Amino acid sequence: MNSFFKGAACGLALLIHQSLPAFAEDVTLNAIFMKQAAYSEDDTKAMAKAFEGANPGLKVNLEFVPYEALHDKIVAAQGAGSSGYDVVLFDVIWPPEFATKGFLQDVTARVPKGDRDKVFDGAWTTVDYDGKIWGMPWILDTKYLFYNEDMLKQAGISAPPKTFEELAEQAKIIKDKGIAKYPIVWSWSQAEALICDYTSMVGGARGSFTQDGKLSFDTGGSVEAVNYMKKTLDDGVTNPNSREYLEEDVRKVFSAGEAAFAMNWTYMFNMANDPKESKVAGKVGIVPAPGFKGKAEASAINGSMGLGISAGSKHPDEAWKFITFMTSQETQNKYAKLSLPIWKSSYEDPAVTKGQEKLIDAAKVSLGVMFARPMTPSYPELSSILQKNIQQVLLGQASTDDAMKAATKAAGRLR
Amino acid sequence: MAPAQQDRTAWLLLTPMIAIMVLVTAFPLLNTLWLAFTDASLTGQGYMWQWIGLENFAYILDDSDFRAAVGHTAYFTVLSVSAEVVLGVLVALLLNQEFKGRTLVRALLILPWALPTIVNAVMWRLIYNPEYGSLNALLTQIGLLDAYRSWLGDPATAMNMVILADIWKNYPLIALIALAGLQTVPKDLYEAAIMDGANAWTRFWRITLPGIIGSLSVAMVLRAIEAFKVFDIFYVMTRGGPADATKTVSFFVYQESFTYLRAGSGAAYALTVTAMSALMISIYVFMLVRREKRS
Repeated sequence: MNSFFKGAACGLALLIHQSLPAFAEDVTLNAIFMKQAAYSEDDTKAMAKAFEGANPGLKVNLEFVPYEALHDKIVAAQGAGSSGYDVVLFDVIWPPEFATKGFLQDVTARVPKGDRDKVFDGAWTTVDYDGKIWGMPWILDTKYLFYNEDMLKQAGISAPPKTFEELAEQAKIIKDKGIAKYPIVWSWSQAEALICDYTSMVGGARGSFTQDGKLSFDTGGSVEAVNYMKKTLDDGVTNPNSREYLEEDVRKVFSAGEAAFAMNWTYMFNMANDPKESKVAGKVGIVPAPGFKGKAEASAINGSMGLGISAGSKHPDEAWKFITFMTSQETQNKYAKLSLPIWKSSYEDPAVTKGQEKLIDAAKVSLGVMFARPMTPSYPELSSILQKNIQQVLLGQASTDDAMKAATKAAGRLR
Repeated sequence: MAPAQQDRTAWLLLTPMIAIMVLVTAFPLLNTLWLAFTDASLTGQGYMWQWIGLENFAYILDDSDFRAAVGHTAYFTVLSVSAEVVLGVLVALLLNQEFKGRTLVRALLILPWALPTIVNAVMWRLIYNPEYGSLNALLTQIGLLDAYRSWLGDPATAMNMVILADIWKNYPLIALIALAGLQTVPKDLYEAAIMDGANAWTRFWRITLPGIIGSLSVAMVLRAIEAFKVFDIFYVMTRGGPADATKTVSFFVYQESFTYLRAGSGAAYALTVTAMSALMISIYVFMLVRREKRS
């Protein structure tokens, strides 16, 4: 019994000791990042380490979660009343919600005025909402069309497709010649990834998500996009497993040499070219995602992400210091293999372009035509509605017209 | 000690537990109850809310998506629990026989159940993988399947495949409880039955099953309550897809509260789900009471 009390006392002492800060001036920032796409975990850790090295007394606690859990983690941490994270990585589709519901701090006054012109407009749309700035863009990303150069050559195709119609035709040739069973692979699982591919196509058909100021998905480009998706499945040129795939699955299928075409984010270019990760290294072609014939030359989805200070953070100044470091041109140029910089002049810097000229060429076109998903504070629910209804079409459970009418109706009821 | 004093001591000893239960159970429960009658939404500064009475519940009655989720959950519960019971009893009967290495096999039985649900879900995702999954490889190699297919991407199979993964993980619990029950069935009953010329089939229905039905039904109800609340295995394996075909009530409540930030209606949905579970819980309590009366 005696030793039990001794142990308990020791434990208590330890507890008290640990709850006191070791040094008064030490600040630990809690930051949440995502596991997949764009900068790898290793890159992010290396950046944070460099930041700690340059700022004695500041420590950064990194947490990595899958993209699919990122939104819910951020809101649950703050909703629970704990101060949660200081620095959060947020997707381009969340600022309306995060700003209106007070999850992020307004950082308009912190962003240097001179930076506005040096960074791509598409990147700024990630953090701008309601005339204020809610963070600093960090990942400037869109989906590109990747192709297997060997397979195209084998099929006698001289140039990658410039329109979605051409993409389907070329895929048919490749399928008929037996070069690939299912030439195109996409990420069409019931997830945000599906909406990204869909949005890119709606942009490529010069469509719009609103009609008379109301959300609308049952006309024009939106219907054209969904019909196209369904038709490529029916024709057997799209891998039917796409309906359960996320981006990482697409990368694996493409890297295994089983697909001639794939839609994916920037990060796949250098990963598919890495012989350790891929069987198709050195044969990876990349072009901007095409548009529909006669509608657009190219299409792109604004898939950028920004870093912001969460509303509950007790160290906003230190958090901003960290964000400034992570988004600085110097840091971004150094780690430009999996995610491209937000800074315009970086694209002329040989340190960034060397070894990935093909990617840079595609980026110069794509970044200019990035199409945005609907901007609404109820975006997560709108996305669920679209995911479900588009999937019903892809699975043959509903016609495009019925499903997209249902989606429009449900969107009109959003509370 | 005198009975009165004994009572007082008992209550004294129970006080800390009651205090903890009030803190961790009653408070959140009451909080949820209150939220259900508001339109509270989750914000960075806590809840923003207004009292709206029964509006949330009126909305639920009219919500076909929620009805579909209840249907999915009921299907999952009935199918997985009944399969687990059948498989569990069969395995328990087997492990109740004398054979070499029985202790080892009994120990191995616990492994799937000891696996964390998340690990189990990830493992089965890999098994079902449409490009390199072992299920596809197995079925094509023995000729049952012409080509690899997408098990979790097809609404016709997705739910059943998740059920299979759940059965594999949870039948050992039923098997263990059934095995414990089997060991209490007196051996001489079997000897007498054999004397009377009863075959194995009759012996199972007349002696074995009545002997274990008590513990088995408790296990069944507990599993059913648990299965009705299922969340994690779906979160990892399908996230409710394809086209909402595997969206269960817990996933629905989670989405409502944390993805759409509607704490108010999320709480109303949660209460509705709780009421459904309460039905099963009352069956359980009823069974416990009946057993107590009997013994």
